[in-house]
Amino acid sequence: MSGWDTQADLGKEAATIPDPATTQVPQELREQIEASMALYPDRHSAAIPALHAAQELHGWCSPQALEQVACVMRVTPASLEAVATFYDMLETEPPPPGAPQRGRHAVYVCTNISCSLHGADALYDAMREAVTGDPGFIVRAFECLGACDIAPMASVDGVYVGPLDRDDIPQLLDDARAGREILPAKQLARRLVADPQANSQAFPEHDAQPPRPLAGRQAMAAEQPGGARPAGRGGAR
Amino acid sequence: MSQQLLLKDIDEPGLSTLAVYERRGGYSALRKALKMSPADVLAQLEASALRGRGGAGFQMGKKVSFLPRGPIEKYLVCNADESEPGTFKDRELLQKTPHMLIEGIIIAAHAGEIERSFIYIRGEYEWQADILATAIAEARAAGYLGENILGSGHSLSLVLHRGAGAYICGEETGLLDSLEGKRGNPRLKPPFPANQGLYQGPTLINNVETLATVPAIMAMGGEQYAKLGVETSTGTKLVSVSGHVQRPGNYEIELGIPSREIIYELAGGPPPGHAVKCWFPGGSSAPVLTAADLDVPYDFESMAKAGSMLGSGAIIVVDDSTPILDVAMKVARFYRHESCGKCTPCREGTNWTVKMLQRIDSGEATPMDLDIMASVQEHIIGNCLCVLGDAMAMPIGSIIAKFREELEAHMEAARERGGAGEHAASQLALAAQGARDA
Repeated sequence: MSGWDTQADLGKEAATIPDPATTQVPQELREQIEASMALYPDRHSAAIPALHAAQELHGWCSPQALEQVACVMRVTPASLEAVATFYDMLETEPPPPGAPQRGRHAVYVCTNISCSLHGADALYDAMREAVTGDPGFIVRAFECLGACDIAPMASVDGVYVGPLDRDDIPQLLDDARAGREILPAKQLARRLVADPQANSQAFPEHDAQPPRPLAGRQAMAAEQPGGARPAGRGGAR
Repeated sequence: MSQQLLLKDIDEPGLSTLAVYERRGGYSALRKALKMSPADVLAQLEASALRGRGGAGFQMGKKVSFLPRGPIEKYLVCNADESEPGTFKDRELLQKTPHMLIEGIIIAAHAGEIERSFIYIRGEYEWQADILATAIAEARAAGYLGENILGSGHSLSLVLHRGAGAYICGEETGLLDSLEGKRGNPRLKPPFPANQGLYQGPTLINNVETLATVPAIMAMGGEQYAKLGVETSTGTKLVSVSGHVQRPGNYEIELGIPSREIIYELAGGPPPGHAVKCWFPGGSSAPVLTAADLDVPYDFESMAKAGSMLGSGAIIVVDDSTPILDVAMKVARFYRHESCGKCTPCREGTNWTVKMLQRIDSGEATPMDLDIMASVQEHIIGNCLCVLGDAMAMPIGSIIAKFREELEAHMEAARERGGAGEHAASQLALAAQGARDA
């Protein structure tokens, strides 16, 4: 994508709104985008949901994906490229050679301050090393993912896991490859709120005074009795 | 201990479902509100003196009162783009008690006579968004959303909008642009969103926690709520404590309690053998405080008086095992990455600050660099459309002011390690460059 770092090709004519008669758009994608547009008073609001949908289909926001979205939304591909390049979760680079076009696993390792105080930078390096040669993973150092209570943590296909250490990495990657639940015992979903005041009456089984640091964390990460856990969107991307 | 309004029942299995939420008294505040006129509901919100929980701390009731009255196309936008480093309180509410938020939105919309609402949730919160989407569908099916809510004549639509990863979209006007399908660039204020916001219509924007507090206010009455906390900071607040503490997590406190109580008694303090070196009282954009400030009461006014801010209520504790330069570098790098690039002081200032911090680490810096860096921060503050640049300038400025000795020692140690040679080389290169430019 041209922008800050690479020069745009000024010799090329600016692309106009794609012609529906000549632009092939997969029916499923068209329906998703049209449903999104219908939710808003102004159809342009559907840009991010539409690009997400196109990315799921194409694996990234490729020129072809942008053209299809532009065709349905009746905007120029350039306006969508501007949007796609702004947001970290929209991929504007093609998958590396040999990578599957779709369904790559997104591993976002939070390296912001709270996680980095707990060794997230080393964790990220180890994670990158562990996926070397496996193009099925996108590993990114990510800004604060909003789970500093389980620092250092990562989001694997949208599932938050932590606190992680290097020894968890092989299992984490194996779980993702096999399409299993990612490190079930370390999922955020299993964690109770830390505040011992909350519910100390209503739920006597909740340890009202969490003991020492490590033991306390493990106790909180332990499976919630009878807790319903909605399925994550594992492998959606 | 303080009263639990938001975290009450939080770990009850299945609280995210309508059935359990209703069994715990959910949506009774809405029924009460719908029997009242919008003006009366607004009066309750104003009486509560509830201050926004997203960071700015503006009184919510006032914000609602700024909206033009009458049947104009108005919007309510819930800011669930929680991305301030260290903050994870909204996530807790979204994933565990989404109906509390939905109920708050409906009541606030009623007070502002608004018929269209949106929740902008950050893209990374995929699981939370799924839970919220299910809850919205349940609320709609039960008649809490849609046309003629519970036969009251009021209508409200609610759309869940997922973002795609950009810190700046937590800034209210950046969020509005993003929700309109553009890059999330902040807008010039005024006009404020209450006059011209989403699609140029009057818009009420509030944080998740603010809106989730509304049902409790309706249930107990605004005046009763205002008795909690202290005069200028009423009520309870969720505090996310992270970093070097033994029990990181979300705690609900009554505003005005000593900060020490939160960090030590609730969160367990730093690991044994370590002491607090510095702490961010309100997310990574707040100026840092030191161990000397631990007895400052945790409320909006006291934090401001101590030279910092309550912000989003995210306390990040750094203990004495961490070099202060690492902290400064993390903060500066983050804001450099997230600067949208629209305003020069922020775009260039964040970049230069990172480079100057790198010079300290590589032994190329001199003590004068600290003064230059401090002056760069001063030139960012107040000179941009939004406060993203300020959000770096404030903590970095406070780190330079409070930890100057340590930074100078770091610089000196790096020079002695052999950085001086590189320094001389780079000075030569700079001089050569200067000669060329001239």
